[in-house]
Amino acid sequence: MNLLEIDNLSLTIGDTPILKGVELTIAPGEVVGLVGESGSGKSMTALTIMRLLPHLARAEGRVAFDGIDILAATEDQMCALRGDDIGMVFQEPMTALNPVKTIGEQVAEGIRWHTRAGRAEAEERARKILDRVGLPEAKFPLSRYPHELSGGQRQRVVIAIACALKPKLLIADEPTTALDVVLQAQILDLLRDLVGENRMGLLLISHDLAVVTEMADRLTILRHGEVMEAGDTARTLSQQSHPYTRELALASMHVPARPKPHLAGSAKPLLEVEGVGRDYPGRRMSLFRPAQPIRAVDDVSLTIEPAQSVALVGRSGCGKSTLARMILALDKPTAGTIRFRGETITGKPEPALRPARRDMQVVFQDPYGSFDPRHKVEKLVAEPLHLLEKQPATAERREMVAHALDEVGLGPRDMDKYPHEFSGGQRQRLSIARAIITRPKLVVADEPVSALDVSIRAQILDLFAELNQKLGIAYLFITHDLTVARAMADEVLVMHEGRIVERGRTGDVLDHPRSEPARALVAAAPDLHRAIARRLQEQG
Amino acid sequence: MTAYLLKRLIIAALTLVLASMVVFAVMEVLPGDPARLMLGLNASADQVELLRNQMGLNAPVALRYLHWAGGLVSLDFGRSYTYSVPVIDLVRERIAVSLPLALIALALSTVIAIPVGVFSASRQGQAGDTLAMGAAQLGVAVPNFWFALMLIYLFAVWLRLVPAGGFPGWNAGVWTALKSLLLPAIALALPQAAILARVARSALIEVLNEDYIRTARAKGLPYRAVLWRHALRNAMIPVLTILGLQFAFLLAGTIIIENVFYLPGLGRLIFQAITQRDLIVVESIVMLLVAAVILINLIVDFSYAIVDPRLRGRR
Repeated sequence: MNLLEIDNLSLTIGDTPILKGVELTIAPGEVVGLVGESGSGKSMTALTIMRLLPHLARAEGRVAFDGIDILAATEDQMCALRGDDIGMVFQEPMTALNPVKTIGEQVAEGIRWHTRAGRAEAEERARKILDRVGLPEAKFPLSRYPHELSGGQRQRVVIAIACALKPKLLIADEPTTALDVVLQAQILDLLRDLVGENRMGLLLISHDLAVVTEMADRLTILRHGEVMEAGDTARTLSQQSHPYTRELALASMHVPARPKPHLAGSAKPLLEVEGVGRDYPGRRMSLFRPAQPIRAVDDVSLTIEPAQSVALVGRSGCGKSTLARMILALDKPTAGTIRFRGETITGKPEPALRPARRDMQVVFQDPYGSFDPRHKVEKLVAEPLHLLEKQPATAERREMVAHALDEVGLGPRDMDKYPHEFSGGQRQRLSIARAIITRPKLVVADEPVSALDVSIRAQILDLFAELNQKLGIAYLFITHDLTVARAMADEVLVMHEGRIVERGRTGDVLDHPRSEPARALVAAAPDLHRAIARRLQEQG
Repeated sequence: MTAYLLKRLIIAALTLVLASMVVFAVMEVLPGDPARLMLGLNASADQVELLRNQMGLNAPVALRYLHWAGGLVSLDFGRSYTYSVPVIDLVRERIAVSLPLALIALALSTVIAIPVGVFSASRQGQAGDTLAMGAAQLGVAVPNFWFALMLIYLFAVWLRLVPAGGFPGWNAGVWTALKSLLLPAIALALPQAAILARVARSALIEVLNEDYIRTARAKGLPYRAVLWRHALRNAMIPVLTILGLQFAFLLAGTIIIENVFYLPGLGRLIFQAITQRDLIVVESIVMLLVAAVILINLIVDFSYAIVDPRLRGRR
């Protein structure tokens, strides 16, 4: 018998249809993947099962869990199910825990609520499950607060809360999207083990086909609230009979064409980083001893040539963003020098940095947070123009903005719109337009596609490649995503604990990593080809 | 935690010293000679000079500041020019009215505001919320003396439950004294509660949209439990900030209500002292209020650290 049966589920919020006739089943001990791009209705499906939908949402159809009609159940019945028989893990571990309560309180709370256990007994059980998810007592006593833990550790706490009472069904909504690949692999392993131990059903929601392929027995592909294809993971993805499935698979492995490959050693370097280090003041442990500084970046040297595309890869917290900030002269190194086009930029006063700022631009990860919502696109994209020697007149400025928008595939009419009128992918195009308007020689891109859906991401990668070919812009991609490095970079630098531990041609580093951190990254990175091959092999 | 508290404590002490210097300096530059004021217009220059010497007014400024500040530390504020009694006696008498009044009003305001804020936030946009926030809007807009008059009319004139004004003193019995403070406390509390309820509501609404509220709901806790156990404590920081400001106001900004109810409180004392140019009393009360505000802010800072563990690690 199936644990969860969703039959012809439709959902509207106000007048907007969100889900249309969704079908899904999960048997005990089975892992089902729910795949789709943002806005496809994955999370809403999950929240329907939990009955935690927004106020104006109306659901129709049938959702049966373990014989209980979820859509008709009373709120009391749902409270009894949530956290006991159905657990849920969310995407953003940094905000999923209450900052003013200890992790012990938060794990024990659900146990006490459902089992009526006393405080001591609930805490003992909380201790056990925290041990199980990899947070041993010695380092993670119950009295720890969430802000004392890292993202990966917090996600373990969230999993402990969800699995404390051995639920029959666990819903994991993008559980690893906010984590780096090594942490992602660890969390996925943990989920897989918990499924095996308790014969728990797992609904794994993800936009990442490779992750779902590695984990799920069956998958359901959702688009605009409708099921496109559903079935056995290996068969569905190896045959790719549905056009949308094929589209998704192709997009997630997309490598943009770059007909003119970069020839190393052909010119004098554009950017030279020599022995750069950055210390942050550490936390003072005693009133009488000076605080030990934290070394975020340690003796890093690298060079980038004109039109070369370099990827700086590493786990979160390895210092790659700090290094990028120093290259952009947004932060001062505590040691070493940085030269851009032969000119030293370290320690220069702001006016002397203007030429460097003009020739070096940045694209950030979050296309939502990097624009002032109250300004029109014309003003936003024209922002870097104040760095030019000669300020363009209004008409000329409009022309330059229109030209930049055209180069990133947007129209001149978009100039008079506000950022909220654009989709995520279009906004990332806007930030690229802003970056290239001064005709820079180098663009630093900090996780430029990790917030985007796979099909949009393929388009943005194409755009980066095209601009590199057409304008000869050199790139420094900062990413923890090896597929971006593979798609875009001539060379890869692997960073670990503030140091560059490996450097080489992209293919060499990613196919034959020599250093331990590089090997760990490559092993942990989900790869669709590899995952499908492994699935097929398992099934014979 | 200790580092955080120690730092707040040092900052508070420094603020107090700085404030005392400012107060002293302002009094120095104000026109008017206290000795001449005390002796009246007919006094001769010699008599004034003699009194000036007796009062130590001819000593160097720094010395006088130290003398004055030293007096403050030992609660010796000097003598009132007009009443010729030690200022501390005057103040002590008035604080016996103002402090309990402020505390009762603050407690009332909190007890009204928090449930209303929770009620409104949990029914955001619904009829109950609109009604409660409409009432709060009214509470903010209507002046508190009008409330006071209505309360007097209802409870003192019509129902004859409490006296309409005056203060019998604590010697008349705790209950009798409290009864005469009740109406003024309510009149003071209502507008404060209205403000506080609005702050609590908006803070709660923000918190209720946080991810960890969803996590708590996914644990199986009913909505009400999530509201009280998870949301409220996180919404306390802005509420505490407003509470601190309100207490400072309630301690000294109550002159209108004191007048309506004919209460011998601090507000009236400072008003009388100003009109009579009794500068030493003004100076003392201002210093006292400055100290109270600094102390309240210190308490608010400490309670931040109790509410939010993330602040404890800070320096």
